[in-house]
Amino acid sequence: MELNVKNEEKGTLVAVTGRMDAVSSPEFDKELGKLIDEGNVNFVIDLSELDYISSSGLRSVLATAKKLKGKNGQILLASLQAVVKEVFEISGFSTIIPIYESVEEAMAAL
Amino acid sequence: MKSIKLAAIIENLDKFITFIHTCSGECGFEGKRVMEIELAVEEALVNIFNYAYPEGEGQVEMKCALKEGKKFVIEIHDKGIPFDGLSRPDPDTTAGIGDREIGGLGIFFIKKVADEVRYSRNDDMNILTIVFLA
Repeated sequence: MELNVKNEEKGTLVAVTGRMDAVSSPEFDKELGKLIDEGNVNFVIDLSELDYISSSGLRSVLATAKKLKGKNGQILLASLQAVVKEVFEISGFSTIIPIYESVEEAMAAL
Repeated sequence: MKSIKLAAIIENLDKFITFIHTCSGECGFEGKRVMEIELAVEEALVNIFNYAYPEGEGQVEMKCALKEGKKFVIEIHDKGIPFDGLSRPDPDTTAGIGDREIGGLGIFFIKKVADEVRYSRNDDMNILTIVFLA
């Protein structure tokens, strides 16, 4: 898994590449935690290059969403591949974390 | 059946995933279906890594084969404490963000993506059988 962070006008854009599994996901927690500690609270996560996610990956996304809720921030997901979208739908996470078709749409919604 | 047997530790996850990726590919699976197979295997293994051997170290063995030309059968064996995750209730997938728990989601994913999943305890061994139809 690789994370690419860009500061945009309306918030922080984080592009995730590769796989979010039980081995790699803690890195997502750690990096997003760092960005939150630095004062970033509005995030768009670009998942167009994320090939795979397991319940460990969902745990990391949920932990970040919970942290941001306490700070009146938000985390919006964009451009999910079919299998990643399926995992969000099966788990019901798609009803608690907003999902957008494109990064542009998510940025506009921040 | 092809098989792989390694210590039940998270550091070995990638080796098991590579094994099932190759085995499912050889049996004709591709794309999203391979990802679903990997998801089922990761969720089953992570439970074993985390809970099967609370007192120390142990091993886990995974076998896979195509049976009757259409059933891709994965068997996961461990000699840890008896654990039938399938008998636990499904998680509440409608709870709000504040009440959301991840516990139980892994087993739920296996049930959702696989065509069949069975647990048995034979002698001192947990056997989880996961079937994907080709």
